Amino acid sequence: MTDTADSPPTPRRADRPEPTFAGTPPFPEAARAALANEQLRANLGRATATIRTKRAAVVAERTDWEALRVAGAAIKDEVLRDLPALLEQLEGAVTAAGGTVHWARDAAEANAVVAEIVRANGASEVVKVKSMATQEIELNEALRQDGIDVWETDLAEMIVQLGHDLPSHILVPAIHRNRTEIRDIFIDEMGRVGRPAPAGLTDEPSELAEAARLHLREKFLRARVAVSGANFAVAETGTVVVLESEGNGRMCLTLPEVLITVMGIEKLVPTWRDLEVFLQLLPRSSTAERMNPYTSIWTGVTPGDGPGAFHLILLDNGRTDVLSDSVGRQALRCIRCSACLNVCPVYERTGGQAYGSVYPGPIGAILTPQLRGIAKHPVDKQTASLPFASSLCGACFDVCPVRIDIPEVLVHLRGQVVRGSEATHRVPGPEAIGMRAAAWTLRTPRRLGLAERAAGLGGRMFARRGMLRRIPGPGPVGAWFRARDLKAPARESFRAWWRRTHGGRDE
Amino acid sequence: MTPSREAREAREAILARIRQALGDGPTAVAIPRDYERTLPAGTAIAALFVERVSDYRATVHRTTSADLPTSIAAVLAERGARRLATPAGVPDEWLAHSQVERVGDDPPLSFGELDRLDGVITGCAVAIAETGTIILDGGADQGRRALSLLPDLHVCVVMASQVVGSVPEALVRLEPTRPQTWISGPSATSDIELQRVEGVHGPRRLDVVFVEG
Repeated sequence: MTDTADSPPTPRRADRPEPTFAGTPPFPEAARAALANEQLRANLGRATATIRTKRAAVVAERTDWEALRVAGAAIKDEVLRDLPALLEQLEGAVTAAGGTVHWARDAAEANAVVAEIVRANGASEVVKVKSMATQEIELNEALRQDGIDVWETDLAEMIVQLGHDLPSHILVPAIHRNRTEIRDIFIDEMGRVGRPAPAGLTDEPSELAEAARLHLREKFLRARVAVSGANFAVAETGTVVVLESEGNGRMCLTLPEVLITVMGIEKLVPTWRDLEVFLQLLPRSSTAERMNPYTSIWTGVTPGDGPGAFHLILLDNGRTDVLSDSVGRQALRCIRCSACLNVCPVYERTGGQAYGSVYPGPIGAILTPQLRGIAKHPVDKQTASLPFASSLCGACFDVCPVRIDIPEVLVHLRGQVVRGSEATHRVPGPEAIGMRAAAWTLRTPRRLGLAERAAGLGGRMFARRGMLRRIPGPGPVGAWFRARDLKAPARESFRAWWRRTHGGRDE
Repeated sequence: MTPSREAREAREAILARIRQALGDGPTAVAIPRDYERTLPAGTAIAALFVERVSDYRATVHRTTSADLPTSIAAVLAERGARRLATPAGVPDEWLAHSQVERVGDDPPLSFGELDRLDGVITGCAVAIAETGTIILDGGADQGRRALSLLPDLHVCVVMASQVVGSVPEALVRLEPTRPQTWISGPSATSDIELQRVEGVHGPRRLDVVFVEG
């Protein structure tokens, strides 16, 4: 039985800023630093291999998996197509059930609404359920500046928060930390913000989980306001759904007097029945379980059961920009399962922090640039580097439960990056020059023939045993060859051979 | 709370942006629902339910309606539970053989009081065999959500007639607007090196008493 009576009074932590992703260098540079961290690579390699195997097993149990994916994608596409009507329907249903709906154009508006509700209820702290939307708007830092303490209650989020660290995975934000690092963080930090870690804490995961249980219980029991995200909201009934594992979600969604849920405008499903698709797709894709331990489902307020006040904040924050791109909008189907991270050969090696965004991995590489407005205006170098953080192997598309064609969107965004840079720089970059030269060359057969002859001659100058290994000199050509070998071009092109031998008859 | 002028402005602005973003008029397609709605004919639903609940480290006790009070008494004795939260709709008969203090929730118990109880006993609304899931919807034998959350032991009585095969079948039986908790095994986390650990914030022990016939 938990005894919280003799815990020391909780010190404030509001004097220390929450870390942010601001200042992350462009992906190649951030990746190089991450690759040099052997501990990180070992932790990630082990963790992603485990979850990949488990996911494959539970997905294979469902012979109709592809049909579920197709349905999931189609339902989400319908949501996007009917978004205005569905949002108004949701608003009506939530209001009729005793909730209050707020709309926020951007992060600042959403954060201000949350702070206002917390203040209006005379609270100085909130407990929080893991939520990507609130991380995206950096709610914790905004509330801290308003003098409101925020306690993350998901175990991994708590590890990140206590360690003054940044998340590196959508589902398991502390995936980059191993058990020993976690024990050290608990011993050093828990006592500063509440009940200290038990004496003699080892790095056994069950002991670490017990330490988290004891530390957080006093916060759950006294919290008056909770903040959550939403996995789904049903437009026809106003019903909100949160999936979780630990029970911290149930604590936050059930015990406090006031519940504030921040939800991206794309998180809707049209009908109650549509949940039958997503409640099967999401657990198998994310935690690799047939069903996650706890799912909470509520509609407005229920007298005598749970919070007496419910506020739903509908967040745009760049989503309408994503929606305006007919190729890129499929990223809004995403249900944040993180299966694409776990199979990505790039993510597995660099980890999530190299992406400089709360959305890492393949989905982050297409979502972050779009949320930051890449289609509308040129973006910073870090953002522009994200669509290139991929080998286009396509594993992400294969596992995506809502069939987002991530490679297609990556290629589309790369085009936008190049065109955006052309628009702002009077002198074209080497890639643009190369592409223009290729376009000119390929326009007529004669030009191509000349180029082939030139390549045959040039190749012979530099080739060693039939391979081009290093082309001397500085600049992009030399740099390209530093990591690659290329088979030397043939002395004679196919077309020249065809002409000389009359289609092979004279050979 | 009446929405302020800025709030109304934000609402209109977002809806206008969405309509503009959809200017290309994406085409409507029928939603193909070619997935299975039921388990294959001939699946032994009860056996599957027991297997799947056990798979997530909940303990299943199979019994009959005649033996139910004895089975519950045995579970509570084994767990050493003495003071038990008991929703108003739990039949007296369920606890007829148990040596426990029944603690009612009327007037509502404080969270501190709930936290100090040894456990809770509830029924359920629906259960799903394929996923080993129990669903509570605040019915009279389940009570409000906090009851099955704060005590460290949850004993849940499931009747065979309440078990369906699949997730789609369960949704059909549920009333969407009732507050629901779907429970698949005890509280768990995989946040440390993706190794599953049972027992974080929810009840660390889940005993399912399954009544067949």
